[in-house]
Amino acid sequence: MKALGHVFKYGDNVDTDVIIPARYLNSFDAKELASHAMVDIDPTFAKRVQPGDLIVANKNFGCGSSREHAPLCLKTAGVSCVIAETFARIFYRNAINIGLPIIECPEAARGIEAGDEVEVDFDSGKIYNKTRGTEFQGQPFPEFMQKLIAAGGLVKYTNSKKEK
Amino acid sequence: MGMTMTQKILAAHAGLDCVEAGQLIEAKLDVVMANDITGPMALPIFREMAENVFDKDKVVLVPDHFTPNKDIKSAENSKAIREFAKAQGLSWYFEQGKSGVEHAILPEAGVVATGECIIGADSHTCTYGALGAFSTGVGTTDIATGMAMGELWFKVPSAIQFVLTGKPGPYVTGKDIILHIIGKIGVDGALYKSMEFTGDGIANLTMDDRFTMANMAIEAGAKNGIFPVDEKTEEYLKEHTKKSYQIYTADEDAEYDEVVIINLAEVRPTVAFPHLPGNAKTIDEIEEMEPIKIDQVVIGSCTNGRMSDMRKAAAILKGHTVHPDVRVMVVPATQKIYKECIKEGLIDIFIDAGCAVNTPSCGPCMGGHMGVMAAGEKCVSTTNRNFVGRMGHVDSLIYLASPEVAAASAIAGCIANPEKVGDR
Repeated sequence: MKALGHVFKYGDNVDTDVIIPARYLNSFDAKELASHAMVDIDPTFAKRVQPGDLIVANKNFGCGSSREHAPLCLKTAGVSCVIAETFARIFYRNAINIGLPIIECPEAARGIEAGDEVEVDFDSGKIYNKTRGTEFQGQPFPEFMQKLIAAGGLVKYTNSKKEK
Repeated sequence: MGMTMTQKILAAHAGLDCVEAGQLIEAKLDVVMANDITGPMALPIFREMAENVFDKDKVVLVPDHFTPNKDIKSAENSKAIREFAKAQGLSWYFEQGKSGVEHAILPEAGVVATGECIIGADSHTCTYGALGAFSTGVGTTDIATGMAMGELWFKVPSAIQFVLTGKPGPYVTGKDIILHIIGKIGVDGALYKSMEFTGDGIANLTMDDRFTMANMAIEAGAKNGIFPVDEKTEEYLKEHTKKSYQIYTADEDAEYDEVVIINLAEVRPTVAFPHLPGNAKTIDEIEEMEPIKIDQVVIGSCTNGRMSDMRKAAAILKGHTVHPDVRVMVVPATQKIYKECIKEGLIDIFIDAGCAVNTPSCGPCMGGHMGVMAAGEKCVSTTNRNFVGRMGHVDSLIYLASPEVAAASAIAGCIANPEKVGDR
């Protein structure tokens, strides 16, 4: 499985309140949430993002609230992968559970700029910056998480376990 | 190799003799909690896995965020969890009027106890670590799975040990201590880890101080925060819960990634400046600066809406009036606390000083409703997050503080030192 698209670049500690502010949380319609994605940090994001585009950020991406609306609105907006130096733990779990690919890779976070065209190979964890001709090795998922992802997320994994 | 307190609780709930940091386990759950934002979203996901909850005594629903309902969508969401709770016959559903902010009501009503493994679809679920439980926030899919199966996967965390020594000064509370700690280690200083508090200084902290500190472990990126169990904890449990419980202690040879020593006597009243809970400044540093004029003060929330918080704020406000340029909202965290405030005459003090007193709700803390801010406005708040746009307009600013600093600031009209107002 691969991701290919252009990059939106952000800094440290991008929190879930700026990814999807609480004023929109009385809805859990994925499309409506996606129309407000990143609004408090990048008001034009939802209009500009194209299917396949990537988000690249520095430390502690997704810190704060446990709202699953955050990875959901990014996935629905068309984001194919989030690359960051580190992720906040609840966001990390939520992303895996709903099937939004995320990769931790400090070198890539430093070596990719806004607008770069980037390709990610999820099986190998390789990140290729096509604009600059550079390549990075991201952390592939631990085996258990790969199982979750292969099953199609936590719900399908849970159901397959029940059938055994 | 020895285990930390958290690792011991997780091992017991996974049916294992021992676990180590990094290990992936599946642990049995004692309490699974969701609210009116995360609960409704979890229901369709839950239905993909099960018809009935795994245990109607262990699944808890608390409508507290957009309640009393602020609009039609919020009312629909509350209705969804209300009907679900009824249909499933849940023992613990907290309806408006018999309720409060989830992380205040669960310990108060005796729903959570020592040694338990607890998940909640709200990041501040780490609050119950104050009771010596493993307690952590998760998302909607995780909560739906917990409701259906009664177990969930966890990566066993390593830990940072915070050795607390000495006695805090008269105007230094759990809030000041945790803001000081987050200021020291940063908002990702405990990423993926447990914050395990130890040391003889803990004896000098009230249960409310501990709830506040455990509550904000997430603001340092931690998976959980946890306190050892002492007489104060046991006294609290005796007063609040009928549940039987088990006490876990860290092994003598438990391994910690890091040991941080905090002398409580050296901690000063502390304020977190915008836009991160880790931007800590002491009141002494603030007094050296140009006065920071404010527009609003919020005293309440799952971090600081408990009885002792109300008493501390009232002690400062008593006989004073709120500065003419400032709006103040006091939000007792539960109905029981609200009633106690009436009984002790605190509501009179608040209203006579010119504060609005609101019914228990999470509303102001996350800019949901009640106290949403306009562009350029500044708020001193006893809540837990001061991210961009957290309480309203993206150009509004939040300063996190203790109830005493908040009350002193309400009187002064700018961020102020409670030592200069109070009479202790």
